[in-house]
Amino acid sequence: MSAKPAQKMDPARRRFLQDAARGTAGCAVAGMGLMWMVQDARALPDRAIRPPGALPENDFLASCIRCGLCVRDCPYDTLVLAELGVDGAATGTPFFTARDIPCEMCDDIPCVAACPTGALDKGLTDIDDARMGLAVLIDQETCLNALGLRCDVCYRVCPLIDEAITLERRHNERSGHHAIFMPTVHSDKCTGCGKCEKSCVLPDEAAIKVLPIRVARAPSAEHYKLGWEENNPLVDEIIDLPDRLPGSGTDNLAAPGGFEAEGAFQPTFKLPTAEGAGQ
Amino acid sequence: MSVKTHLPVGHEAIRDKGLIRAHKYLILRRLSQTFFLSLFLLGPWFGIWWVKGNLSGSLTFEVLPLTDPFILLQGMVAGHWPEMTALIGALIVAAVYALIGGRMYCSWVCPINAVTDTAAWAHRRLDLPKGWQPKKNTRYFVMAMVLVVSALSGAVAWELVNPISMLHRGLIFGVGFAWTFVVAVFLFDLFVARRGWCSHICPVGAFYGLLGNRSLLRVSAEKRAACDDCMDCFAVCPEIHVITPALRGKDEDTPLILSPDCTNCGRCIDVCSVDVFHFTNRFDDTPAPGRVRARPKQTRKIGEAA
Repeated sequence: MSAKPAQKMDPARRRFLQDAARGTAGCAVAGMGLMWMVQDARALPDRAIRPPGALPENDFLASCIRCGLCVRDCPYDTLVLAELGVDGAATGTPFFTARDIPCEMCDDIPCVAACPTGALDKGLTDIDDARMGLAVLIDQETCLNALGLRCDVCYRVCPLIDEAITLERRHNERSGHHAIFMPTVHSDKCTGCGKCEKSCVLPDEAAIKVLPIRVARAPSAEHYKLGWEENNPLVDEIIDLPDRLPGSGTDNLAAPGGFEAEGAFQPTFKLPTAEGAGQ
Repeated sequence: MSVKTHLPVGHEAIRDKGLIRAHKYLILRRLSQTFFLSLFLLGPWFGIWWVKGNLSGSLTFEVLPLTDPFILLQGMVAGHWPEMTALIGALIVAAVYALIGGRMYCSWVCPINAVTDTAAWAHRRLDLPKGWQPKKNTRYFVMAMVLVVSALSGAVAWELVNPISMLHRGLIFGVGFAWTFVVAVFLFDLFVARRGWCSHICPVGAFYGLLGNRSLLRVSAEKRAACDDCMDCFAVCPEIHVITPALRGKDEDTPLILSPDCTNCGRCIDVCSVDVFHFTNRFDDTPAPGRVRARPKQTRKIGEAA
């Protein structure tokens, strides 16, 4: 008998739970699809360079409302909005392709001034501080300067000539008595404007390209100490630890490999300075 | 319903009020949509930069910033605190729509409205079944989903699929494959779900609806006593359920359409040959006697329920 009142109560409650479950599940499915699209949009193509002052891509996608005001205020028509399925960048977000129209690095940075949300950081007041990308001399086999000829165009058009790109002189091994003036990019100065890539005289693709920093640069080897930059003792905290006992050890020059004990295996070679040197 | 005592939808209104008056608000809405689109196109087409940007964010006469509050909200839950310009722009937009009815955006500004209205018109002309009808609150689920995905992914999520901004941006800045999203909405409304997109799914509409929940401008069924049950208003209304409580209410019930879903499109005013509806403010308490019921049985039933 107790089952009957429960049955009476059930339908409404049951329908509510079913509807809630359906709604939630439907939204979860749609939400996962949307989430996938967000992740997909994060894969900004390497040739799409964000405007100066653009926040890191993840923050940029949270802050750019796709209004195109930066595009409108760019006096050189450098910036475009990504079109769905055409450009690869998140639909509606601004970018430029250096080989088509590079950034002219306006002093007043009108695109940043136009951005209403701060997706282009207002903190960027000196265009020389912009880091839109990093120029990389990517094809040294066809670069005319790298072949020992004098082209120098990328070097000449660089707004930060002799700072962002220098010509490093080196010996031309091929001819034996000429020099190679190697275009060399300095990442601490290069703004990624792309004028070098635009002006490269090679047909179609340029030998020097602006790449996003994330692609162009490796993370620095922070676990190494560069002796020519820091002369404080290596691993000063651990140097006093008894990590090298006298006698056998992997770097014991008196007995390499720790072969010391009498009667034990002796290597056939002798270290020239090993005699009584110890550690 | 089944007895053909009435002319096809809208024909009585045309007969009684003339073609123009029977389409007054439809014409005004199309003019309004064209006007707002033209403002944005003046720059790219004719070099007259009164308005720059698009519906997501714009700058008018170099001083007035306007921002879509829903897009900005997504960015904010995604973890970005916007610059003052965008905040002020969003506040202005929100204040205006809170006053005149949030979904005025849907029927008077949004470019997708013309697409879904066309789909609904074709749907009616082809006499198609209403198809899949998602629950009334689906749009709020979708809106919540969009905000949750924005928060979890840290990106303005809806802008990846939003057909409104894709169409609007496409018209102003150039379309890519964005037109496929617009066609998809059209086909969805035509064959899958009648009035499916704007009235059931679109989270932007849901957001603007909530924004204008307490709005001043409302449609009132003040002369509901004159209703002759032609059902034309139900046929043209994109949000049928908003009409019933106002039109079918008793003497003491308000004739105001107070649902936040109402888009203030004014089509009900257009197609009503006996002028039941008109625009008024939400504090209008002109007495509006309920309809004298033709079928007493139904009256009794309602009386019992009360």
